[in-house]
Amino acid sequence: MEIVSAISLWFIPVMIAFILIYGTYKKVPTYESFVEGGKEGIKMAVSIMPFLVGMMVAIAVFRASGALDVMVGWIRPSLEMVGIPAEIVPLALIRPISGTAALGITSDLIGVHGPDSFIGTLAATLQGSTDTTFYVLTVYFGAVGIKKMGDALKVGLLADAVAIITAIIVVTFMF
Amino acid sequence: MVNYIWVVMILIGLGFAMVNGTMAEVNEAVFSGAKEAITLSIGLISILVFWLGMMRIAEDSGLLSKLSTLFKPLISKLFPEVPSNHPAMGYILSNMIANMFGLGNAATPLGIKAMEELKELNGGKNEASRSMITFLAINTASITLIPTTVIAIRMNYDSANPTDIVGPTLVATAVSAVAAILIDRFFYYRRSKKG
Repeated sequence: MEIVSAISLWFIPVMIAFILIYGTYKKVPTYESFVEGGKEGIKMAVSIMPFLVGMMVAIAVFRASGALDVMVGWIRPSLEMVGIPAEIVPLALIRPISGTAALGITSDLIGVHGPDSFIGTLAATLQGSTDTTFYVLTVYFGAVGIKKMGDALKVGLLADAVAIITAIIVVTFMF
Repeated sequence: MVNYIWVVMILIGLGFAMVNGTMAEVNEAVFSGAKEAITLSIGLISILVFWLGMMRIAEDSGLLSKLSTLFKPLISKLFPEVPSNHPAMGYILSNMIANMFGLGNAATPLGIKAMEELKELNGGKNEASRSMITFLAINTASITLIPTTVIAIRMNYDSANPTDIVGPTLVATAVSAVAAILIDRFFYYRRSKKG
């Protein structure tokens, strides 16, 4: 585990050093290249804005109205029937929709049940092993102007479902 | 489909607020949601500028195409439509590597850049190509080696061993990534059958 955290700490600095040394060695005008590339970043951030505002307002309205809670309440019994613990249900349903909301629920579950409890471990695994599908879709497709998403949303949500089920099975076995 | 999901989500929320008496909360949510989105995009600017700058050096020096040649066998199986020496490959790879190390902040700019290259490969059309959907599927399943945020939360709550979560996450993420690729393939073959 020591090695793992060391790698994550050293990864970015080593990568930066490597890119700079290699670029200098290949006689790339490093600073000018950096500035040129950086300009694109500003354009990108601005072009994501409307996509994010649209999506995040919709999610915020849905959540604040209480509709999300009611929906979770409806789906909960059938999920419990297949062995998904009740405490984890809201997290499982919100994880693909809102990353910040999911993070809030995860911290809450870990706080209430303890970080090393079954629920706490399950919440942490769930949070770490899937990504916010809606966010990835909005940002990635939004930034480059993809309007027809095709099967992307379906594929993403199905993959999330598999990830959630896998997390439950894995944590149940490890506990 | 996004259009419907978006409208339905807002309308249900508004309808619900009328019946449920949560209008005040919804009113606030409209503005706080919008504000949060802008804060997020502005927060992204610094990281986008820095990483895209760095990656431009990597691209100009040929490092990116070197990287993609190295992992060519694996990636070209996943993305059969992308020529192996295309810069898209390099960006896809760097995005996956950043994700593996839990560097979501570094992964986003690289992912967007990869999308841009994929769009160009697709003739600049505004519809998602096969490779784009595969790339998204891999990203939403997010192959993670080190879930940094989660470890930080566990530390906050005095876990006996915060990094214990790495094991279960690794297994869960590996299985779900494989599943994501299979699901993606399934939908692709279903599409191509329909013609």
